[in-house]
Amino acid sequence: MDLLIPDIGLLFWMVVVFGLLYFILSKFAWAPITESLKEREDDIQKALDMAEKTRIEMAKLQADNQKLLAEARAERDAILRGAKETADRVIADSRDKATEEGNRIILKAREELQTERQAMVAEVKREVITLSLDIAEKILKKELSDKKSQEELVKSLVAEARLN
Amino acid sequence: MSRFLIRKAFLSIVLFLSTLAAVTAQHDEHHDHGATGEKKKFNVGDMIMHHIKDDHGWEFAHGLTLPLPVILYTQDKGLDVFSSSHFAHEANYNGYVKEHNKIYRAGANGEADKTIKVYDFSITKNVASLLLSAALLLLVFFSVRKGYEKNRGKAPKGLQSFLEPVILFVRDEIAKPNIGPKYAKYLPFLLTLFFFILFNNLLGLLPGGANLTGNIAITMTLAVITFLIVNLSGNKHYWAHLFKPTGVPVALLPIMIPVEIVGVFMKPFSLMVRLFANITAGHIIILSLLGLIFIANDLGGSGMGWGVSPLIIVFSLFMNLIELLVAFLQAFIFTLLTSMYIGSAIEDSHEADHGH
Repeated sequence: MDLLIPDIGLLFWMVVVFGLLYFILSKFAWAPITESLKEREDDIQKALDMAEKTRIEMAKLQADNQKLLAEARAERDAILRGAKETADRVIADSRDKATEEGNRIILKAREELQTERQAMVAEVKREVITLSLDIAEKILKKELSDKKSQEELVKSLVAEARLN
Repeated sequence: MSRFLIRKAFLSIVLFLSTLAAVTAQHDEHHDHGATGEKKKFNVGDMIMHHIKDDHGWEFAHGLTLPLPVILYTQDKGLDVFSSSHFAHEANYNGYVKEHNKIYRAGANGEADKTIKVYDFSITKNVASLLLSAALLLLVFFSVRKGYEKNRGKAPKGLQSFLEPVILFVRDEIAKPNIGPKYAKYLPFLLTLFFFILFNNLLGLLPGGANLTGNIAITMTLAVITFLIVNLSGNKHYWAHLFKPTGVPVALLPIMIPVEIVGVFMKPFSLMVRLFANITAGHIIILSLLGLIFIANDLGGSGMGWGVSPLIIVFSLFMNLIELLVAFLQAFIFTLLTSMYIGSAIEDSHEADHGH
């Protein structure tokens, strides 16, 4: 058993044992182990890819949301503006109509007042005429009966008129 | 569950070994006391050689030897199987003689007859260690595989998560960059190679461990397998490069072609020697350092021996740590170079050719 000369026995056993070891380990250890490692690496890669894809999708979704939000905001503003305009117009219209109606009522009232006054003046005139006619009638009646009394009457009438 | 099984298996192995060892130890002690009376002078060279070389029987400590089966074949006598402990009791057993750790047929006068060829297929210390490491490798990686089955789609756990980075290291740092896209075909071999060398390097560092990866037969087998894989998977570029190097003047071809051919054999040869020399050297250094204690003991008495011990312990501790690094490094280098050789044999273009 020299240091530098290989022993035939050890060579034999080494070839046998190493050969068996190689075949058994290859088939039952290295194959499943490397396969599992590969599988896991693929899984990790897939997961990373998925995460990246999801991130991009999320960003897109967020951009879409932002756009939608902006659109909604713009629409809201438009609606509000429209509503305000409508309200303003309605108010202005109502005001105009009310002014017009008021003016019309006032005008009508003025006209009625005018008519009434004219009627009243006509009434007063008629009264005065009737009264004057009555007086004239009475004077005429007295005059017709007696001269003296006629005078007296005139005198009293004048007095009366003076008293009035 | 698997951890429990491993622990159980490990415990039973240890128990089995220790009972065997204890029985033999008693045996040996009985035997030794009668035979040697005088104190032997310490020989550091013998001690080191005894430790780094193979042996029939696994000696854990002095007098504590696990006997192993001796399997011999001779043409005339056929197959013979017996325990190595027989040689501890008698020099000549069953017609065989053990001399300088080698078994010969006993001649007529009881001396070793070196003319008859004895094929020794014994389960020696190294073979036992080899089997042990193979069992350990199977146990460990079956448990790792079970981990992958159990934790499918989950984070790795326990032994699985401990060894996963190493497996990934072999795949991503050794196989992929050096072999290229066709690495998957060679990965099982590279993984087996890496973990076989690593486990045996580490087992060799244990006290009483065998110097398996520091044995030329082991490194030769590994190197020959690498050689076969490299040359059997070599494509036409590889062979063209070997026999018709591009850009070399025709006048230089008579020199270049032999150089290239020598290179083909030199690569696995360097693999064989590198691993063998690195691991053996590490063992020799640690053993020499420890041997210094006993040399001091012989030279200046037990006081001197005790005196140098603390320093030696610090040095050998340091060397052990270095060896731990070397255990990983050599497994890495062997695998790396193997994958580089495979890569150069199967690459399509000559782009990466400047490495020569």
